[in-house]
Amino acid sequence: MRKTCLNMVHELARADKRIVFVGSDLGAGTLDAMREELPDQFFMEGIAEQNLIGVAAGLALEGYIPYVNTIATFLTRRCLEQIAIDLCLHKLPVRLIGNGGGLVYAPLGPTHTTLEDVALMSALPNMGVCAVTDAEEMRRMMPQTVDWTGPLYIRLAKGGDPVVSSSEDDFQLGSALERRRGGDVLILAYGVMVERALQVAEMLEQSHNLSATVLNVHTIKPLDSASILNHARGKRLVIAMEEHGPHGGLSAAVALLLAQSDMLGGVEAPRFRAFAAPDAYAEGYGSQNQQIARMELDAESITQRIRTML
Amino acid sequence: MPLNPQIARPVFDTPPLDARSRALRKLVLRALDKGGRGHPGSAMSLMEIVRVLYDDVLAFRAHEPNWDARDRCILSKGHGCLALYAILADKGFFPAEELDGFCKIDSRLGGHPEHGPCPGVEASTGALGHGLSIGAGMALAAKMAGKSHRVFVMLGDGEINEGSVWEAALFAAKHKLDNLTAIVDYNKLQSYAPVAQVQELEPLADKWTAFGFAARQCDGHDVAALRENLTALPFTAGQPSVLIAHTVKGKGIPEAEDNPKWHHKSYLKEEEMRVLYAALDG
Repeated sequence: MRKTCLNMVHELARADKRIVFVGSDLGAGTLDAMREELPDQFFMEGIAEQNLIGVAAGLALEGYIPYVNTIATFLTRRCLEQIAIDLCLHKLPVRLIGNGGGLVYAPLGPTHTTLEDVALMSALPNMGVCAVTDAEEMRRMMPQTVDWTGPLYIRLAKGGDPVVSSSEDDFQLGSALERRRGGDVLILAYGVMVERALQVAEMLEQSHNLSATVLNVHTIKPLDSASILNHARGKRLVIAMEEHGPHGGLSAAVALLLAQSDMLGGVEAPRFRAFAAPDAYAEGYGSQNQQIARMELDAESITQRIRTML
Repeated sequence: MPLNPQIARPVFDTPPLDARSRALRKLVLRALDKGGRGHPGSAMSLMEIVRVLYDDVLAFRAHEPNWDARDRCILSKGHGCLALYAILADKGFFPAEELDGFCKIDSRLGGHPEHGPCPGVEASTGALGHGLSIGAGMALAAKMAGKSHRVFVMLGDGEINEGSVWEAALFAAKHKLDNLTAIVDYNKLQSYAPVAQVQELEPLADKWTAFGFAARQCDGHDVAALRENLTALPFTAGQPSVLIAHTVKGKGIPEAEDNPKWHHKSYLKEEEMRVLYAALDG
């Protein structure tokens, strides 16, 4: 996914001189082809994230569209004030590409994992937040990021993730994507959790004869409230699942949406459950999948937890 | 009142403030008076710097603030905005009457300057350590587009405690941004106490030089000295420039000079305002 994302920046920059790439100190070889072909649009500026954001703001004020890339946790935590003021307050078209959102860097420990990036970015006015399912979906999304209004945070998964998106989908940044239709349960997910949401839906159907709709909420902010409410109506159960802490992510956004919709009142009201990471730093290391399993966010665990509710 | 003996500064033969410098300071007092609050000390130290920039150095069109060929000027020490507002009003970016609305709910003139609402403000500042990076980005953009306008960033001395300023300095030198000039309002007094006590900066010129800037120093209240330096840019071709302007916080108001109590004031009393006005009339 990361390679696809960056290659797309190269491709988009070839066609649009406003687009520049700004990296910190990424791995050797990163975007070599772009650096060679478009040296005037390629910048690698060192481990100085606060400055990268400010420089990107200055470039954007002059008409450029910078794509800034580094590890998600350094991009979001390290320079939060620069993002808030230089980008969000000025409503500038800067794209933040965060490598390894969630538990991707689990083996590297809690300094490198981020289970709060979506919350931090979502809390900022004017910021858009998105996390697609896989590399193919990334390919469909990136052209739509160019003319997005205001700043946009793009959370990347690990890379090499299974492709579960479909080229037949009408992917629209800002609009939740229906991946599966069923009448009993609504499951909402983003990023690599969409694959698990589809698995949960299959298991619920096989073991409980429950049919589930799965919505790929790749754009977490602005939330596609209309679509979510539309699909939630008449369901027995609404589930949000995310590779993120319980505060400020999709779970919290959907809970607020449902609570304010009055949909949760009455005997016919759907029940709502969020499956998110605990409000804690990950213990131990291991792989992303091992950590996801330890946090009971794998498809089997979530299905089991849903069963106990029914 | 003698200047604070705890503060070491070079000795300059500073000429007395002329009528224009006093008139601009009166505009600061006007906003301060009506707004009932502000950072007078920080504005007074900056006044001759903005005066010379807007009188003698910058290309701009007050009635076309987004004119593409203008020089960009960022007040990174946003709390000095009363000085910026005074010169912008003087130049006609907005009517001087708007100074009366300083910090009011419907005003365009906030306690820190905002890009968008206020014409002539290139970037919203107030959180310190942001302006030089933004300015460096603008200067790089100008180079990329082959445009000849220049970028100026006014920094506070306390502000350059921020590490981001030095990240930006590394970047500007790497890219040989000789269309970028930083001006340090070196009044030697932070909010709490003298800079030398809170976080010593000396040897300051050496630091900038080591970071790849061409550095000069001058008396920041001597209009002729400022003009001489700021019309000789870049100081060295292929390098960003920095002018360290030795100033006095609260300059022009003896009660406020070198007095940390005048860094920020709120609930200003009539009696206090009378003292301020009297100092400039005298």
